[in-house]
Amino acid sequence: MNTAAPMISPEEIDAIDRKIIAATQQGLPLSQTPYHDVATELGLDVSEVINRMQAMLDKGIIRRIGIVPNHYKLGFKANGMSVWNVPDDKITELGQTIGAVDFVSHCYQRPRFLPEWPYNLFAMVHGKSREEVAEKVEHISRLLGNNDRGHDVLFSTKILKKTGLRISQ
Amino acid sequence: MNLTEADRTIINQLQGGFPLCEQPWAQLEQTLEIPADEIIQRIKTMQSAGLISRFGPLYHAEKMGGGLTLAAIKVPEERYEDVTDIVNSFDEVAHNYARDHELNMWFVVATETPEEIESVISDIEKQTGLKVYNMPKQQEFFLQLIFEV
Repeated sequence: MNTAAPMISPEEIDAIDRKIIAATQQGLPLSQTPYHDVATELGLDVSEVINRMQAMLDKGIIRRIGIVPNHYKLGFKANGMSVWNVPDDKITELGQTIGAVDFVSHCYQRPRFLPEWPYNLFAMVHGKSREEVAEKVEHISRLLGNNDRGHDVLFSTKILKKTGLRISQ
Repeated sequence: MNLTEADRTIINQLQGGFPLCEQPWAQLEQTLEIPADEIIQRIKTMQSAGLISRFGPLYHAEKMGGGLTLAAIKVPEERYEDVTDIVNSFDEVAHNYARDHELNMWFVVATETPEEIESVISDIEKQTGLKVYNMPKQQEFFLQLIFEV
């Protein structure tokens, strides 16, 4: 089963869109006129940059525009990847329930690797300490009730690499 | 760095919904009730202090036609550094985290086309001699990335 959001074919992004993506994926300039500055850099009209970015927002190619905080530096030092074994036939409903919990940042269905990896639902839980994350995981477990057929929490112990996504023109 | 009330407002209000218009700051000045120059300055200061990783659009890799997956490896402790170097040497590996589990290395692979994922995974298996558990997402449930401070 694959009900992930429909893929936008690459043809829906043309060369000018790709230029805009390449110029903004590392961030917008922190100036009085960020979109003007991008337009000037690319030799485009500001209205074209805005219209194209709006179209990409509408299609979901841009998820959102804003600041991305460093949650670790903001005090959310414990980041636990909670993994759950839930019945496949209820996963959409259960995933939506867990995804809507306010301390869960990402929630995905992923494949199992039986018998060693029985988990099919992943929910990233952030907290200020491991104890806080553990309490939040218990809260998820209560929400799942009998549908929690087993779970685990994997804490990150080190960031080995972190770069942004890159697209070339 | 100690956050002021204004810094908290900026972090809480600006994780999405930065206006897409010719005068975005003028619009924000109204909603946040903080002068535009001050908002810009505070974002710059928080960025220098590392509290803000980036400012701008967040793109959806798969919707741009790219491939994306999460993968994990059980790395023997004595080979951990060596395997980290191999995995990190791939430009397609965007993030890599050590986690406390038998599957102790978890990384995100991002490629320009979905087809390239398989070859990157198999190259990593060849170079490390270890099995890579490829766990692409099959469904995404409500992505919420707002941190309240």
